Amino acid sequence: MTKTQTKKPFNFQRWLKSRQGQQTIIIVLFSIIPLALLFVFTYYPFAEMFKFSFYDRSYTRVKGFVGLDNYVDVFKKKDLFRSLFLSVYYMAGAVFQLALALYLATIFCFKIKGGNFFKGCMFFPFLINGIAIGFIFKFFYTRGFVLDTVLGWLGVDMESLPYWLRDQSINNWSLVATSVWKYFGQNMVLFIGAMMSVDASLYEAADLDGANKWQQFKYIMLPSIKTIVMLNLIMSITGSLSAFEPAYVIASKGANGTATYFVKMHEVAHTSQKIGQASAMAVVLLLIIFAATILQKLFFKYVFKSGEDEDRGAAARRERQIAKLNARKGA
Amino acid sequence: MTAVQAFKKYLWIFIKYFSVIFFSFVALLPIVSCVITALKTKTEYENTNVMTPPQNWFNFENFVTAFRDGGMGKAFLNSALIVICVVVGSVLIGSMIAYVLNRFKFPGNGLIRSLFLFATLLPGIAMQVATYQLMFQLKFIDTLYGYIILSMGTDVISIYVFIQFFENISVSLDESAYMDGASYFTIFYRILFPLLKPAIVTCAILKGVGIYNEYYNAMLYLTKPDLKTVSLALYTFTGPFGNQYNLICAGVIMTLLPALILFIAFQNQIYSGLTAGAVKG
Repeated sequence: MTKTQTKKPFNFQRWLKSRQGQQTIIIVLFSIIPLALLFVFTYYPFAEMFKFSFYDRSYTRVKGFVGLDNYVDVFKKKDLFRSLFLSVYYMAGAVFQLALALYLATIFCFKIKGGNFFKGCMFFPFLINGIAIGFIFKFFYTRGFVLDTVLGWLGVDMESLPYWLRDQSINNWSLVATSVWKYFGQNMVLFIGAMMSVDASLYEAADLDGANKWQQFKYIMLPSIKTIVMLNLIMSITGSLSAFEPAYVIASKGANGTATYFVKMHEVAHTSQKIGQASAMAVVLLLIIFAATILQKLFFKYVFKSGEDEDRGAAARRERQIAKLNARKGA
Repeated sequence: MTAVQAFKKYLWIFIKYFSVIFFSFVALLPIVSCVITALKTKTEYENTNVMTPPQNWFNFENFVTAFRDGGMGKAFLNSALIVICVVVGSVLIGSMIAYVLNRFKFPGNGLIRSLFLFATLLPGIAMQVATYQLMFQLKFIDTLYGYIILSMGTDVISIYVFIQFFENISVSLDESAYMDGASYFTIFYRILFPLLKPAIVTCAILKGVGIYNEYYNAMLYLTKPDLKTVSLALYTFTGPFGNQYNLICAGVIMTLLPALILFIAFQNQIYSGLTAGAVKG
């Protein structure tokens, strides 16, 4: 029987049993479901969204092809265009949040009694349900409630305080603050992780060679966390453009001039049922996010170019220092 | 040590502890004020300042009322079912695709990786319009399984955590098992999957908390009252309870308890999982 099989130029059953056949089977079996889900729930909607953006339509009815009209409207309709500018508030908040996280992460790298407890306190808000955060801060900002009381303890006169969620000169900052509150601990944990991954012997070597703390920070710690800081900056800029939660949940669906672009988009899609318009808004947002990501990458490449040269020098120096240290230990 | 040095040293200690205590206070204040209010009776809530401690620290009446009248029992059941299904599904899917991508070289491997990576750049809510249309066509709206499948399909971070973990497991392990006659499926199921345990715990917790807290999709796709998740039940609290913040706060504290318990139990896995996911993704 085996003889007849070997005579054939290609035997399927045999191929199935061969190593290559086995590999093919497992590759196909194991990747078919993840890929199907990826295409159905990510790439198909992505493609559909592009198509929708050229039509005037609701969920059930197509009213006709309108070309680029939906896109023009995004820039022409004042309320839509204005909502895009609200993300500047969130970007400012994100930059502050990263700086704060970096500062606290540096502090946590020193010895602190009860450090794990404090770290846990600051991180926990990240794990809280968005709706719960909404209620917590509605309560927190209400006239005469938590924030006003605490400021009262510090001697601030209640009459001089604004209505945190109603006063249009401050309410967007109030909302940005809740987003900083939620994410600064998470950013901090990421930075601590990156800082801790630096080999401790590097600091030892630097100490022996007489480098002071600032030099150690600049030449050892900073290069090693540069990537993660940059990554977080990019993520928080994209996050600011797509800010949704604070305005929707805390400020009652974007009331009093707090409607961010996403809140507007949700409104256009689900309240007015203008699917074409909402899709065009989404495409514009995606294009801005891509542009921002690419610009930032280029910017960092350009700005850190000199830094990277220094890096290579620093790496070489570090290696020499380790060699020296080992030599000393050996002696 | 000179006086200046001593001064510098104590100043540094002061700055250090002041910073961590101050920011821990900032992080906890909104939550603690909710706990205080949740423990007050109705008359107490109406007549005292929000930061005045409750008369009885063990007054759990609000929790009982909120649980019963807010429909939290059914909501917790729904959420538990969703969390379990999504976590099991995404751990299986994530580890399977990670195994294939990490262990085999085949044409398209790089392409698949890029496809997953690119998907992280697309903000989910931006595509909601088209996704809603799709869910509508699939008749997935107002079904638990529809919501579960949708939630499983979008997890890229755990794939990256698993790939990274596989990189640290020696390939010679697979090789020797293959030489002994094990099929690739057996190798994955019997040898590698058990070794993945730390990564599985990490991904399961992060994904579990994420799904438990998810409300946007739930709001769109689970509109029937008996399909409500915990987030949705909480969202509708303003209906039955109006502005009675003592009851609302009880609901808030109730919903964040599961996350708090998980966090205390698995603190380190959560931290390491986040770091691993962020560095790769």
